[in-house]
Amino acid sequence: MKQLMLGNQALARGLYEAGCSVVSSYPGTPSTEVTEEAAKYDEIYCEWAPNEKVAMEVAFGAALAGKRSFCGMKHVGLNVAADPLFTCAYTGVNAGMLICVADDPGMHSSQNEQDSRHYAIAAKVPMVEPADSMEAIEFAKLAYEMSEKFDTPVIVKMCTRVAHSQSVVETSDRITPPEKPYEKNIAKYVMMPGNAIRRHPFVEERTRKLTEYAENCPFNRVEMGDTKLGIITSSTSYQYAKEVFGENASILKLGLVNPLPEKLILDFASKVDKLVIIEELDPIIENHCKQLGMEVTGKDVLPIEGEFSQNLIAEKLGLPKPESCSLDETLPNRPPVMCAGCPHRGLFYTLQKNKCTVLGDIGCYTLGAVAPLNAMEMTLCMGASISSIHGFNKANEGKSEGNTVAVIGDSTFMHSGMTGLANIAYNQSNSTVIILDNSITGMTGHQQNPTTGYNIKGDPAGKIDLEALCRAMGFNRVTVVDPYDLDACDRVIKEELRAAEPSVIISRRPCALLKYVKHEKPLRCDAEKCVGCKSCMKLGCPAISMKDGKAAIDTTLCVGCGVCKQLCKFDALQSQ
Amino acid sequence: MTKNIMIVGVGGQGSLLASKLLGHLLLTEGYDVKVSEVHGMSQRGGSVVTYVRFGEKVYSPVIDKGEADFIVSFEMLEAARYLEYLKKDGRIVVNTQQIDPMPVITGAMEYPSDLLAKMEAVGAKVDAMDCLSLAEEAGSSKAVNIVLMGRLSKYFDIPVEKWEQAIDECVPAKFAELNHKAFLLGRK
Repeated sequence: MKQLMLGNQALARGLYEAGCSVVSSYPGTPSTEVTEEAAKYDEIYCEWAPNEKVAMEVAFGAALAGKRSFCGMKHVGLNVAADPLFTCAYTGVNAGMLICVADDPGMHSSQNEQDSRHYAIAAKVPMVEPADSMEAIEFAKLAYEMSEKFDTPVIVKMCTRVAHSQSVVETSDRITPPEKPYEKNIAKYVMMPGNAIRRHPFVEERTRKLTEYAENCPFNRVEMGDTKLGIITSSTSYQYAKEVFGENASILKLGLVNPLPEKLILDFASKVDKLVIIEELDPIIENHCKQLGMEVTGKDVLPIEGEFSQNLIAEKLGLPKPESCSLDETLPNRPPVMCAGCPHRGLFYTLQKNKCTVLGDIGCYTLGAVAPLNAMEMTLCMGASISSIHGFNKANEGKSEGNTVAVIGDSTFMHSGMTGLANIAYNQSNSTVIILDNSITGMTGHQQNPTTGYNIKGDPAGKIDLEALCRAMGFNRVTVVDPYDLDACDRVIKEELRAAEPSVIISRRPCALLKYVKHEKPLRCDAEKCVGCKSCMKLGCPAISMKDGKAAIDTTLCVGCGVCKQLCKFDALQSQ
Repeated sequence: MTKNIMIVGVGGQGSLLASKLLGHLLLTEGYDVKVSEVHGMSQRGGSVVTYVRFGEKVYSPVIDKGEADFIVSFEMLEAARYLEYLKKDGRIVVNTQQIDPMPVITGAMEYPSDLLAKMEAVGAKVDAMDCLSLAEEAGSSKAVNIVLMGRLSKYFDIPVEKWEQAIDECVPAKFAELNHKAFLLGRK
């Protein structure tokens, strides 16, 4: 039966059909739904790991044990998991192991625009790249076979437009993969120098065999049309190219993007008059073609940065694009904002009021950097808030300790914050770390984590006690505060910044969007009392605006958190 | 020929259900369909856009500037924002609700005036209605998405029973009656 399926959901279906048994991932847009969807199949054991490195090592262990396994992550997650990746390329995997990495050209939800294909090249592992949902299913199944045949982990590269587009699929039944019982093999699996040095030639030989395989594999295909123009492309770029050129060009569509074929490309090139390489981000296929001595058009006309579209390709390649109309005025933009009732708002308001230097991290709370709060000055990568406040304070020889804080969410703290905290405890800077504990992984759409007490299926699970953990790491000052209570936030932040030793503040209140969180009735503004002083506007709450010089509450958005009420000196904002 | 419907609005307004309904309906009508969404950061009250494309064979998952046959907008400013995606002679179906974005809330900018007239002045066919009131009349302010689908359905040569069947297949049974009412109020 034909049905519409999201790319990520289709990849999960592919895992199911291929007989995958173990999935471990860390959420990250645009990869998250693969694991959420896989968790709906009872036949697959699924979990959220604390970070991508752990997830990949779990998947490796499962493959070693003889079961087909999977781990999923966004592009920057692969940076975290690069360590196991480069060495499981040497050991091989026993049963099939797939690693999904989802790139985000255009940075819809990311802090950089890195091209993950470089990892496949650097780690010397094959990478496949589906261009729609049906290919996501098929490629997953073929990739497991390739993984076992060549004894290698295989990376399945998604991108936002494949991961988050629904297209038509047809499903099939789950297969039982071949038995691959674990066998002790110290020379293969213990990567100390004497063994690893013998594995490196195996890796090089495997790449040679994979290159041969690439010449005639089911991932790559040629679609001959008009031969005046030949296009080599992959992933979503293929879809844009087909949209623009249809049958007016011949296309070599590459599904196996590492290693790249040689004969197949040269043969295709010999059949067309002119060759254009259409690939998002870096010129990887293009450079490969140039190494083969070919003359091609690519990044000389197409951009390296940002995503492609049909119009962009048409325009850059000299074809007309459709007419469009627009208004001749600048419209106010609509950036994402912290939700009404977001527990982070009160805390950031307090930090801004106290003129703190705030080193931030990755999550919903990164929105603390936007107007009107403007209360975050640095965001780099998962966990960097805690590690860098230590460096910041050391460099300032302690002078910044009294007004600088690191802020990090509960899930991000579990991911990469603990090691930075260990460094503060060990190397002794008087730093103040604030854990924004909203009891969920928020930005990626509510995934459980080791501090929430529930697993991916919502069943009770182990629960890490943040206070006990911080104390065990050597912090004597661990304080919990409710971010809806502005006075308490102000008092605690002042006290901990003044303290003569490092401290952890846990700002604790569940995300206002969680289903179990009970909301109060919306506040109302008494127009008689409101003098239009705009104190409440400093919070940047989307439920409050000024109408005719008075504060107005949008009752469809307000959840009655009461933070604005604490700022009103005229008692105009009232609970109902 | 591929047809293009863009659904635009503010994160949290329920555009994903609208695209699910359209995708489901168009697939049962025998078309190739692609639906593209953006998840993650922009969902937090930001401007959101969903692309629905259907035809004999659909390649690109996205709609580009000048390509949309329809823009279905949950909010007026968002309709204006994506106007340049509209095909010449394309139609905008818009909920007249006004949701202030942060630059307006903070007073840095004003919410633009007379947007409907301005869009018509540059050649867009605008079909505007107060979907929020109709959704509330149907029983829930959350049914704005289905009211809009009711309005959009007027421009398609697909029998009303097919739309109603798609609603039954896409929404939980306990909300079916409410959504059927919302659909018909929009279509009226």
